[in-house]
Parts: sequence; structure tokens; C-alpha cells
Amino acid sequence: MIDALVQPFIEFAFMRRALVGSLAISLTAPPIGVLLMLRRMSLMGDAMGHAILPGAAIGYLLAGLSLFAMSLGGFAAGLAVAMAAGLVARSTVIREDASLAGFYLLSLSLGVMLVSIRGSNVDLLHVLFGSVLALDDAALLLVAAIASVSLVTLAVIYRPLVLECFDPHFLRSVSRWSSPTHLIFLVLVVLNLVAGFQALGTLMAVGIMLLPAISARFWADDAAGMIGVSMVAAFASSLIGLLFSYYVNVPTGPAVILACGAFYLASMLVGIRGGVLWRLMPAKHLEA
Amino acid sequence: MRHRFTACLGAALLVLGVSMPAHAADKLKTVASFSILGDMVKNVGGDRVDVVTLVGPNGDAHVFRPTPADAKTLAKADLLVVNGLGFEGWMERLEKSSGFDGQTAVASKGVTPLKMIDEDGYHDEAEADHDDHDHAKGEDHDDHGELAAGHHHHGDIDPHAWQDLANGEIYVVNIRDGLIAADPEGKAVYEANAEKYLAALKAENKVVKATMAALPKDHRRLITSHDAFGYFAKAYGLEILAPEAASTEDEPSAQDVANIIRQIRKDKIPAVFLENITNPKLLEQISKESGAKIGGTLYSDALSGKDSTAPTYLDMFKHNVETLNAGLSS
Repeated sequence: MIDALVQPFIEFAFMRRALVGSLAISLTAPPIGVLLMLRRMSLMGDAMGHAILPGAAIGYLLAGLSLFAMSLGGFAAGLAVAMAAGLVARSTVIREDASLAGFYLLSLSLGVMLVSIRGSNVDLLHVLFGSVLALDDAALLLVAAIASVSLVTLAVIYRPLVLECFDPHFLRSVSRWSSPTHLIFLVLVVLNLVAGFQALGTLMAVGIMLLPAISARFWADDAAGMIGVSMVAAFASSLIGLLFSYYVNVPTGPAVILACGAFYLASMLVGIRGGVLWRLMPAKHLEA
Repeated sequence: MRHRFTACLGAALLVLGVSMPAHAADKLKTVASFSILGDMVKNVGGDRVDVVTLVGPNGDAHVFRPTPADAKTLAKADLLVVNGLGFEGWMERLEKSSGFDGQTAVASKGVTPLKMIDEDGYHDEAEADHDDHDHAKGEDHDDHGELAAGHHHHGDIDPHAWQDLANGEIYVVNIRDGLIAADPEGKAVYEANAEKYLAALKAENKVVKATMAALPKDHRRLITSHDAFGYFAKAYGLEILAPEAASTEDEPSAQDVANIIRQIRKDKIPAVFLENITNPKLLEQISKESGAKIGGTLYSDALSGKDSTAPTYLDMFKHNVETLNAGLSS
């Protein structure tokens, strides 16, 4: 049994690379997912995935298949959309979700148009974004570097960030750190998504950011607890998905995200913080 | 404001009006689905034919999404040349939506279709003897002139028939007949052009066969990124494996990649080859891990741009064979 779990990683370097890449992304994306969820911005990850397309496309058209150029372009485009959305939300009557929807659609259509003008019919999403099975050194370094930067930055802005999740007005009244915190957080979101797209592909990047975070809500009450649970869940799901893809012969990205999804469904049923099964049971111990 | 708008409209109409007859009304307007067919039509049609290619150089017909401009082009065409064998899954819808009412020539008509290698068939057994594999199971493939219904995947027929020059000759004959049917007046020209072109294909076919036969037997094995060289392998006696099986759209599983690496190690496969339409990353990793070197870039489903190494069908073959020979002979 242990042998079956370890053997693929001993025999194949690409499996080890996939595992290391997943570990890095599991340490950084889920905490950001938890904070997104607490800020009711869970769908932002998906929207940003589309928003970075024109930047990545410009990078691709200018420099070809260069990890650096595409990441930089994607990062710039994603950041521009996130900033613009945030700015509009804070200075007009439009709420953040609506302004984000507006800007990401704008960005996506721009990206699609850029790609078609160039006349290449290669499916850009297919060419631009990586696969967890094809992590080369550059991609691994990129993911690891971004994971490190994100973790340290999160630690520094953790207090105002969490405070703002629960009581934004209080933070604004006692500190000037509200807006900067939000902006730094947006930078981290975009950074993580760009790294995830380049290294792992769109589905995996967004999925591993959000599903473990949402599942963690059923296991912990405070942000720190949720973050811990989400990291463990993300890494465990990556491992299970990788092994599943290895033994059952299914594509890796979907396998990992389905493992995350299975954990989410299980958490929803049996999670100790508001799981469906606990709610169905008569709450005798509370009456006593 | 209004005046300016009218002026613009007038100018636009003027441009349209001028450019219309310039498009040589007497030439046969032909649309080819992808670049390789476009090149063949050019060779057979010569000056009598105006060819537009829908999926251009370095484009991927597997994931092609037609635009309204493509529909407009098709609507005006007299003749449409397609590969068939389910290669252009999007064509049926495009034909309907564009209201195309010209004639259609299916280039692969009469080609003996190959089955796609089974999903989990990266093993010796599935690879070793293509012949009985194909003929034994060829039950429901009599309709190979038809466009398969499945939109993205090819079903289980391998559509990349042009990778065998003998099939290329069949393509050229079909295209010639299609052109003659659409433009009977040009019969003599088309026949003469086709004859010349067929001779060139035949000559190249001999060269390819000789070059591949000169390779040591245990060197005639290689890996490419998507499974486009089945016909090439069968015609010229090579063994070709690919991690991205049927279509460029499939995402490989960890097992696929592991099997490929194991096989390279076990069979001492000398080289892997990249393709012009797919992401090279996965193959680069496979090459690094297995010790097989990267032999170069092959052209499978699309020609290169004009100033690159494979702008025509014949050049594509020359380039592929040179690349294979260089990568495998050492």
C-alpha cells in the first residue's frame, strides 16, 4: 500500500515536480481563497482568469512562448482589472462584484480580439497555460517564489486584512491601512492566479484556491483555523488527484480538482461547523 | 456629423465597389479548409483558381473557431475542398450557417482510413502490427468520405491521411476532379497541372521511402506530441508514439506520461520531436527525464508561414524527413 503511494514519485521526476509544485501552490492559494471567501469575493478568481488573457496574449504575441513575458503581461492585465474594479467600487455606486464583471468582460473580449487579429488559430488557452505534468525548472521557481512572497506578505498584513473582512468600517475608522491592505491583497490574488495558470493550468489554479477554502468553512470558525485546514486539504487533494491520474489514467488537472470537490461535498455533509448531517440530528446536547 | 457619416458610407461603398471586380470574377473561387489542402489546390488549379484557406499556416484545425468573415468567404465560394475523415468537425455547421451552395470536394475520398490507436494503447502490441489491427476492425468505416458528426474528437478514425504521400496523390486526384466538376472549361489545365504535381509527389515519395529505409531498424522509433503521424508511420515503416492522443485538445494523464517515459527507456527510443501547433513544454520534460533527445520540430497539421521551412506540402515532407533522418540516424 505504502509502496503504491510512493513508487510513482520514486520512479518519475515529473511526478516529483508535480508534487512539489502542488505543495507550493497549496501553501499560498488556499489562504487567499479563504480571505476571498470571507470578503464575499469567491467568484473573483474565475473572473480574473479571464481578465489576464489579453496581457498573457500580448506577452505571447511579442515574445513567443516565454514564461516571463506571458506572466508579466498577465499580471499587468489582471492587476489593471482588479485595481480598476476596486477603484470604481470605492468611488461610485457600483459594487465591487458588478464593476469586476464589467472590467473582466472588457478585458476578455480584448484578449480574444487580439488573438484573432493576429490570425493564429492555435487555441491560446491551450498554448498559454501550463499543465501540472509539464513543470519545468522555470515554472517551479516561479511558483515557489510567488508562494514565498505571498506567505510573507500575508503574514505582514494579516491583522488588518482579517479585521477588514469582518468589520471594514471599524478598520477604516481606526487606521489608514484599509485601502493599502485591500490593494496589496488584490496584488497577491493576481500574482497567485498568474503563477497558477502558468504552472498548472486555469482549472487547477482557480480550483485549488477556492474549493479547499470553502470546505474549510465547515471545519473551523476563525480565519486562522480555516487557513490551516484549507492548506492541508489542498495538498492532500493534489496528492490524491496525482495518484488517481497515475493509476486510473485520467487527466491530472481535473482529477486534482475533483478530489478537492469530493472533500468539499464531504465537508458539507459531515463538517463539524454547520455540516448538513449535524443539523439534521436533534440537538439534544444543547437542551441539557 | 450626419454628412460625415454619409461620406464615410459612400467611401466604404466605393471601396467595396472597386474591389469587387478586381477579385477576378472569372477565377474559380475555392475555399480549402486548412493550409495543406490550400497548397494542393494552388498546385492543381494554378492561375484559374483563387484559393482561400480557412485555417492558415501554423493554425490548429482541431480547435479552430470560424468567424463571420469565414462564413462570408465560404458563402461566395464556388468550390469547397475539405479533408474529411472527421478532421474539420466545425465545417458542417459553417456550411449550413453560411448558406454555401457550391460544390464540395472531399480530398480523402478513397483513402484507406487508419484507426486511431486505442486510448491506452501505448504498448508494443498496439503499435507493432498496424495492418491486422486496422483491417480486422474496419467494420463501420465505409463512410469515410463523410464528415464525422463528433465535433472535436475524430471518433476512432485517424484523419491525418496526408502524412502518407501515396494518399497525397489520392488527394490531388480528388481535388483535380473537384475542380473539373466546378469548372469544366479548365479541364485541360487542371489535368496538366495535376499530372506535373503528381509526378513530383511520386518522386518525393521514393526519396522518403529510401531515406527512412536507410535508417537502422531499431532507430525507426520516435515520440511526437499529438498523434498525427499514424499514416506516416505505416507508410514508411516507423513506430510513432504520442502523449496527447487523438486530438490536440486532450489533456494527458499522469499514466500516459509515465508510460511514454517507461517505453522510451525500455525501447531506447532515440529522439522526441516537437510539432508546430502544440505546446512543447510537456515533451521537453519527457525528453529531459527519459534521456531521449529533442530531434527538432515536425509539421503535422499545418504548413509554416511563407518564409519558414515548410510553406508547401512538398516542403513539409522534405523538412519532416530531413529532421527525422537527422534526429534518428545518430
